[in-house]
Amino acid sequence: MFDLDKWQEIITTIEKNKLRTFLTGFSVAWGIFMLIILLGSGRGLQNGIEAQFASSANNALWIWSGQTSMAYKGMQPGRPIRLNNEDYELLKKIYPDVEYLSGRYSIWSNQTLSYKNQYGTFDIHTVHPDYDEIELIDMKKGRFVNETDIKEFNKYVVISTEVEKALFKDGTEPVGTYIKVADIPFKIIGVFSDLDGRNNNSRAVYLPISTAQKVFGGTNRINTLVLTAGDASVEETKLMEQEIRTYLARKHKFDPEDDRAIFMWNATEEFERFQNLMGGIRIFIWIIGIMTIIAGIVGVSNIMMIVVKERTKEIGIRKAMGAKPWSIISLIMQESILITGIAGYVGLLLGVFLLETVSAQVQSEFFRNPEADFTLAVAATVILIIAGAFAGFIPARKAASIKPVEALMDE
Amino acid sequence: MIDLSNIHKSYITGTNRLHVLKGIDLHVKKGELVSIMGSSGSGKSTLLNIIGILDIHDEGDYRLNGQLIHNINETKAAALRNKFIGFVFQSFNLISFKTALENVALPLYYQGVSRKKRNRMAAEYLDKMGLLDWSDHMPNELSGGQKQRLAIARAMIHQPKVILADEPTGALDSQTSYEMMDLLQAINREGITIIIVTHERDIAERTNRIIRLRDGNIGDDHQNGIKKETTGVFNRP
Ligand SMILES: Nc1ncnc2c1ncn2[C@@H]1O[C@H](COP(=O)(O)OP(=O)(O)OP(=O)(O)O)[C@@H](O)[C@H]1O
Ligand SMILES: [Mg+2]
Repeated sequence: MFDLDKWQEIITTIEKNKLRTFLTGFSVAWGIFMLIILLGSGRGLQNGIEAQFASSANNALWIWSGQTSMAYKGMQPGRPIRLNNEDYELLKKIYPDVEYLSGRYSIWSNQTLSYKNQYGTFDIHTVHPDYDEIELIDMKKGRFVNETDIKEFNKYVVISTEVEKALFKDGTEPVGTYIKVADIPFKIIGVFSDLDGRNNNSRAVYLPISTAQKVFGGTNRINTLVLTAGDASVEETKLMEQEIRTYLARKHKFDPEDDRAIFMWNATEEFERFQNLMGGIRIFIWIIGIMTIIAGIVGVSNIMMIVVKERTKEIGIRKAMGAKPWSIISLIMQESILITGIAGYVGLLLGVFLLETVSAQVQSEFFRNPEADFTLAVAATVILIIAGAFAGFIPARKAASIKPVEALMDE
Repeated sequence: MIDLSNIHKSYITGTNRLHVLKGIDLHVKKGELVSIMGSSGSGKSTLLNIIGILDIHDEGDYRLNGQLIHNINETKAAALRNKFIGFVFQSFNLISFKTALENVALPLYYQGVSRKKRNRMAAEYLDKMGLLDWSDHMPNELSGGQKQRLAIARAMIHQPKVILADEPTGALDSQTSYEMMDLLQAINREGITIIIVTHERDIAERTNRIIRLRDGNIGDDHQNGIKKETTGVFNRP
């Protein structure tokens, strides 16, 4: 199959017809370049949005309170609703098998953390033990808040690697060390990282919610309740929303129809919506990509057609010298495959190169790591070679079928 | 070597049918030097193309070296051309983007001869034609006479039994034409059969047999006694 002589023959032909080769190659390179950019950008968009979801459980149901907007049982609208520990217990009662459930109470008044003479302002969240599974944080050292901490009101704190970097410049091992949280000493029990593109999540510390309620203000307040729905379907989570709303409305005495009394964010639903959108975008990108490739193939086929016409006389000469039809077909097809292969590869490299460059520059929340993966590159190359063969075949067959006398008369 | 009997050939253009060859009988023995003359459009090129299997006759029998040329496909025809026939054309028909050496080596490429051997033999034939210094030149850098000598080298390199030349001197001045005839006569003396189509009487005079086509038939076919001695340009064995 591998005929060195034939390749030499083809390479000579290509070398001596540079412009023609360039024109043929350009349309292919361009097509593949566009395809890679399209697919890579699509992937970047997907990665970006997926990372948004990956920053916390994508089956979570977040609940926070607002103000009533409707009169209810003689009470005027505009009444603030406050969630508290009872609501946490209520949810636990309604859903005894809940996957993860946590309340969250954030300290806004004094956010200063200090260790020796190092100070910093960070987000201080106070949570239940399940919260690490909901926020999807990654424990680097030590442990997260647990049930005992909640029961015993332990003055423990879990800090982020950012906090460690800011406060422990002297290299002290943070776990086991005491730092001051809003001037009250807390013992560090763990260090986590939460690299999800959202800065504020990695600039946070977590305290047991019970301790915080006692130490800071002595209330039983909760800002946000969050639970995950396991592998429940979107419909099931919507039913859950409805149920929770009804229970809370009864307990806090507001109209269940009042959509400003409490707010909910259903990640399962949003995630499904996002996946449908991504599916649509992917199909769209593939359609455009395939059409680009087809346009490329037609372009190459056209150029090869012209090339064959231009080479008619040469083909006639070759035939008079004893070239068999198959030799002419394979000559033109191999040339076509070689050109599409190389040009396509160049387009592929340029596309990947651009993606890499762009990916280093553009890292926004909704666009990260645009990439063309290995399978994609291989698929594109295979498509190219098939395309090259296809583009070359029709003109090649035409060339081979020209009668030698007629080819020789061609001027 | 070449046996034609009752060869017919017509061209159909649109609704018109042009009967060009109307039953040609022609026998050319090995080693003959034949010229074909006739007015323009009398079918000389058509006949030569049929002999060279570049075209296929409609009717009659054609035997090349004893083999009946009948119902053969292009692949078979290509193999026969490569084995038996060398072509020289009025317009040279060199491949413009290949060097002189590569052009000469082309028939060997289609015989599957290795590149090294091909190039060595091509250089040898270029040398015989006095063109060795021009090996790496492109055809458009050569004069008409040089191009035709290149074409002759190419027609001979695969050691064919027959060389077919369609007006080989048509594009050359008379001095160069005579040199070309010297060359062809010398090749003929090595035993290679040569058929030349020409318009020029003085060219035909330098062949051993002159055939005249008239109205699609052979009008005249006679041996030509006058054979000028040549100054040997092509004098190596
Ligand atoms: N492919 C073709 N299709 C149709 N007609 C053709 C074809 N080739 C040749 N003819 C016609 O056949 C006739 C003989 O052509 P041919 O080329 O054999 O003549 P010729 O004797 O070689 O002429 P010249 O001396 O001008 O070269 C001419 O009338 C020509 O027009
Ligand atoms: Mg003619």
